[in-house]
Amino acid sequence: MNEMARLQKRRLALYGWMLAAPALALMSLFAFYPAIATFWHSLFSRGTSRRPSVFAGFENYGDLFADPTFWTVATNNLIYAGVTIPVSIIFALVMALWANAHIPARSFVRSAYFTPTILPMIAAANLWLFFYTPDLGVIDQITGFFGASPTNWLGQPETALASVIIVTIWKEAGFFMIFYLAALQTIPPDLREAARIEGAGRWTYTRRVLLPLLMPTTIFVFVNAMINSVKLIDHLFILTKGGPNNASKLILYWIWEMAFAYFDSPHAAAMTILVLLALGLVAVAQFRLVEKRTHYR
Amino acid sequence: MKTDTVSANTTLKLPDLDKVLDTLGAWVLAIVWISPLLFAAWAALQPSGTALGLDFSNPLTFENFVYVWGAVPWGGYFTNTVVLVTLILAGQLVLCTLAGFAFARFEFKGRDTVFILILLQLFILPEVLIVENYAIVSKLGLFDTALGIGLPYMASAFGIFLLRQAFKSVPIELEEAARIEGCSWMGVLWKVYVPAAKPVYLAYALVSIATHWNNFLWPLIVTNSPETRPLTVGLSLFGAPETGVDISVISAATIMTIAPLLMAFLIFQRQFIQAFLRAGIR
Repeated sequence: MNEMARLQKRRLALYGWMLAAPALALMSLFAFYPAIATFWHSLFSRGTSRRPSVFAGFENYGDLFADPTFWTVATNNLIYAGVTIPVSIIFALVMALWANAHIPARSFVRSAYFTPTILPMIAAANLWLFFYTPDLGVIDQITGFFGASPTNWLGQPETALASVIIVTIWKEAGFFMIFYLAALQTIPPDLREAARIEGAGRWTYTRRVLLPLLMPTTIFVFVNAMINSVKLIDHLFILTKGGPNNASKLILYWIWEMAFAYFDSPHAAAMTILVLLALGLVAVAQFRLVEKRTHYR
Repeated sequence: MKTDTVSANTTLKLPDLDKVLDTLGAWVLAIVWISPLLFAAWAALQPSGTALGLDFSNPLTFENFVYVWGAVPWGGYFTNTVVLVTLILAGQLVLCTLAGFAFARFEFKGRDTVFILILLQLFILPEVLIVENYAIVSKLGLFDTALGIGLPYMASAFGIFLLRQAFKSVPIELEEAARIEGCSWMGVLWKVYVPAAKPVYLAYALVSIATHWNNFLWPLIVTNSPETRPLTVGLSLFGAPETGVDISVISAATIMTIAPLLMAFLIFQRQFIQAFLRAGIR
């Protein structure tokens, strides 16, 4: 009897592994193995036809740190994250509050906020070209009306990164709005009534009741926004190509450029590892946060 | 405290002021948000070369669309995207269903460790591993094929996670009932779990389609012929400013590429938003 049960248990375990195996195999091939291989390759020098690549230890990492482009790109990406994350979240929250309020034409408002989310980043960039074109673009037409001189928004270092940032916020705010909208719908309306009876104004209600209740959503959105600040770089290909003079270059674009435009994969690999380390820290931080709240079983 | 009471009183007396401001704010933001799309749609209908003048007196024309359609094999790109998106979705559905089932209903040694590894993959983005994945896909002889673009996305951690959650919430009694009727494990999965998780499947499918319809960087890297290139890559090659194509033409091409998904969105708006809602809730 006992023997039977043990056999049965082993059979089930085997069955479980078999079911998970295809997914695990593919995941190992395209996520785990490449992560390790990237690290391995980042330790070798770039080979040429005359000089084969040799083990170089952490030399590639040293090269990166010594390269001023690295610091420019890292700073750019920090600014990119530092601006897009909070601004998108604030926009998303405001949008959700409005899209949840009883206002006329609410479904139009909702779709207007959400539409950018379903466009490819490449298409979004094309749409925004129309705004940024110097002299003839929509922005310059408007500022020109008030007597300002035309600005080459994408072509000068002072404004290129900001222009790219605006497109990202435009693209992702509506997506994050959806999560807030979902959370808002789970908050009972009695709370607002109760707050009103207690004499709390609208702002007090938002700050003291709504925001704390939305905290789990904010954490979720925050993590997503953080991942996006690494991932969303497609528009650079259309808008600035990282220029002028690296002013709007972001890390992932730089990795692509090193690997596929300059064929310098060892340095691209080293940079990839640095990004993975950063993402790993984010992952660990989120798991700990989630564990504290046991959001899921 | 006093100011709070006053503001509460005013909202009681003038309930509409807040609402008017809200409505105004919401509308202005909505118009600002949609304006890039509206401008592009309008520019696409302007005679080539005149769009940037913001001259509203020009007659509307479809010549840009005609020109764009003739200049690039869009039909091919469109087919490629559809094939790619279908292939990825089919792969994801099969693999994630099996794995999700395994993690939801089977006990095996190392299960929890493996599951954490899978969650970790939510953060190891395929986009970041382009260098190594490019080498792997080339070695497998899949460079410039739909399978080569799709394969890295098929074992989706997100999909496994979602389906595991969905399967876990199915009452075990249903499974036992099916058992008594003589169903095998596959029978149980197919007859009990899959139907119960239908809304999650729908949500996941929509998110997957939208994501991969719009994906760009990876397809850019692993394709180099019009026979496999998806729409986004085709659009980026066409729209590059240095090709000297003017804004009306770029707008026409952009509108044309986004039209299918945009139209689907407008028709299925409610389901679409619901789908995103479901898929996002962890």
